[in-house]
Amino acid sequence: MADTKEMKKALFGPILDSNPIALHVLGICSALAITTKLETALVMSLALTAVTAFSSLFISLIRNQIPSSVRIIIQMTIIASLVIVVDQVLKAYSYEISKQLSVFVGLIITNCIVMGRAEAYAMKSPPLMSFLDGIGNGLGYSFILIVIGTIKELAGFGTILGFEILPLVTNGGWYQGNGLLILPFSSFFLIGGMIWFIRTIRPEQVEPKE
Amino acid sequence: MSAKKETLGKTVAVVVAVCLVCSIIVSGAAVGLRELQQTNAALDKQSNILAAAGLLGEAKTKKDIATIYDAKVEERFVNLQTGEYVANPAEGETKPYDMYGRVAKAEGTSTKVEGSPAGFSSRANVASVYLIKDDEGSISRIILPVHGSGLWDLMYGFLALDNDGHTIRELIFYQHKETPGLGGEIQNPEWQAKWNGKQLFSNGDVAIEVNKGDNRDDQYAVDALSGATLTSNGVENTLQYWASDNGYGNYLKKQSWKS
Repeated sequence: MADTKEMKKALFGPILDSNPIALHVLGICSALAITTKLETALVMSLALTAVTAFSSLFISLIRNQIPSSVRIIIQMTIIASLVIVVDQVLKAYSYEISKQLSVFVGLIITNCIVMGRAEAYAMKSPPLMSFLDGIGNGLGYSFILIVIGTIKELAGFGTILGFEILPLVTNGGWYQGNGLLILPFSSFFLIGGMIWFIRTIRPEQVEPKE
Repeated sequence: MSAKKETLGKTVAVVVAVCLVCSIIVSGAAVGLRELQQTNAALDKQSNILAAAGLLGEAKTKKDIATIYDAKVEERFVNLQTGEYVANPAEGETKPYDMYGRVAKAEGTSTKVEGSPAGFSSRANVASVYLIKDDEGSISRIILPVHGSGLWDLMYGFLALDNDGHTIRELIFYQHKETPGLGGEIQNPEWQAKWNGKQLFSNGDVAIEVNKGDNRDDQYAVDALSGATLTSNGVENTLQYWASDNGYGNYLKKQSWKS
């Protein structure tokens, strides 16, 4: 059984030390698309964390039974099933948000973080550790999404979680919303900026020059 | 991974077992949550209709929406060609009638749309309309579902008219994929408010336009959204199609809700 120190590392390590987006540069696609508003970013983070954690748990539980020739397909089956369940739950309990997230919930299946953790960690680790690792990586993803979602919503719409912080010109205020930051590709600059920031405070993450 | 796991029989057995368990979980979730999902979808539609009716402000909780809807909204079905009311085409079926569903494409229940820039190739012959009754029970507003192509995709909305059949009260789009901050401003309440009081027809011809300019005093035109020319054109095409005789034109001329 793993000791507490190791568990802590699996849980909190991925937030700064081995962030799936900032260090491994995985899962960029969804991070670009659904961070226009903080609320969707939050729900997406929750959904991805749940899927990563439970897929890692289930895959780890049956890791000794999975024949290596079909392991990717089995991982995909488990992940896909979990994603459908999450999608159904969202539709039932949070219809408005599921409408906004639309296709991106389904695309969790193709999010490299989920597959990456299943293949790299859950296939060789005990269930509890895999579960924590899944949650940890979900948190790492959430951290980036929340920061970017906050910046984009504040700069683009002048609101945070729908509450008006900077009154927009179109609503009779003084703030001219930044149209660039609303568009999905602006996340490239923001993610790039965050990677720069994280690698400045954690210089060991900088890749050696070739 | 050791080699002893790699027999064919075992591989197949593991795959079948995993698939079986997963399919049970997925179908369990789908069946177990279906009722809640349908309630949500219906509630969402009802709240959009109430928003077009200008009644959403009265609803404080989710329960209120259904109560107000039941009390004040009546759904009727219109044959668009004749403009006459018809019976519910989905009478006796488990799912409610959906004019954007299969009937919009199937032969016999749909009509091809040609030469219109509205952006869809066929529409259902029978449309749902929603009649809003005031406290005395007489009809105060008519809500017409409209849809048409914006910049990225089809936009779905409700057009609310006064009971004279040509004065616009509200135009709301509840489903679209326009660019947030630009075309997405079709959902901005300030812009929506500009529609109030505009006229759909001038001497029986469709006259409503979306164009550049303040247009505050022009009863046939609404100021286009800046930075969203294609979305604004899409809104104009949508309204012009649905107000024409191919759309609700015949129904609005007959004013069947008054009889």
